[in-house]
Amino acid sequence: MTAGDDTAAARHAVLRNAAAIALTTGAYALSFGAVGVAGGLSVWQTCVLSLLMFSGGSQFAFVGVLGGGGAAGSAVSVALLLGGRNAFYGIRLAPLLGVRGVRRVLAGHFVLDETTAMTVAQGSTPLQRYAFWSTGPMLFAMWNLGTLVGALGAGELADPRVLGMDAAAPAAFLALLWPRLREAGAVPVALAGTAVCLAAVPFVPVGVPILLAAGVAIVAGAVTYRRAS
Amino acid sequence: MSNWPAVLVASVGTYALKLLGILVPERVLNHPLVRRVALLMPVTLLAALVVLQTFSTGTRFVLDARAAGLAAALVAVICRAPFLVVVVAACVTSALVRLLT
Repeated sequence: MTAGDDTAAARHAVLRNAAAIALTTGAYALSFGAVGVAGGLSVWQTCVLSLLMFSGGSQFAFVGVLGGGGAAGSAVSVALLLGGRNAFYGIRLAPLLGVRGVRRVLAGHFVLDETTAMTVAQGSTPLQRYAFWSTGPMLFAMWNLGTLVGALGAGELADPRVLGMDAAAPAAFLALLWPRLREAGAVPVALAGTAVCLAAVPFVPVGVPILLAAGVAIVAGAVTYRRAS
Repeated sequence: MSNWPAVLVASVGTYALKLLGILVPERVLNHPLVRRVALLMPVTLLAALVVLQTFSTGTRFVLDARAAGLAAALVAVICRAPFLVVVVAACVTSALVRLLT
């Protein structure tokens, strides 16, 4: 991997990949917009989530808890716990991007699963920076456009379940989960967390079971970190 | 309208977490315990969310068309289908099941 990778052809390939990811994201955002409104948020609230939170997993989890009748505190906690991974993407990206001053405020907004994957996949620093600063804004544009259209469309639909929209979030979570199952020791912890979560469903308020799963992850991490380090 | 405080707090908090990674010196978040929990947290939450949002509504367990949607999504991820195909497969399958039952 040399600076020679940073050619016009390489930049073109980055843009093509970024556009493909952005298109996929736009379609996924349609379902988020519909699910947000179906979950009881206004069109405005759904769009503000996409503008400010701009993190698909956290947004779906947030409206899932709120739409299911969960407390606001539970919805906020789940969004933050799931968004915590972005802090670690930031650590990975900061030395590659070399951003300073006020540009860090903007760079922070674009720290996501997709931008991190695109950035670290490039072979040279200029290409990495090009990938980050092209993927981020394209994703942001398509994510927000898709959300707006989906949210407005859901208002027209009597029941978004007719289109199977309520199956979108679990499927998206599954797609995000699948590649992570290869992490060392992850499967037993995920199973234990899920079991605790399910066992609690009939007995505690909506939104609390998922927080109990988070508790399992923390306890398991504390018990096993010495072996992993 | 009472959802606004939750929407804003969750949004600002999630953004703050992204910014945190860019701003803080690497060693602060690089403690092995923090790294281990950070690795396990998304896996555990995503697994629990998949099952929870497929098989429950509120505080009750429900078996409905979402289960068929999840089965289709599972087939799609096993076949290494792109993200969008996974989501669309789930939506179409559960919509069809609702249409036919």
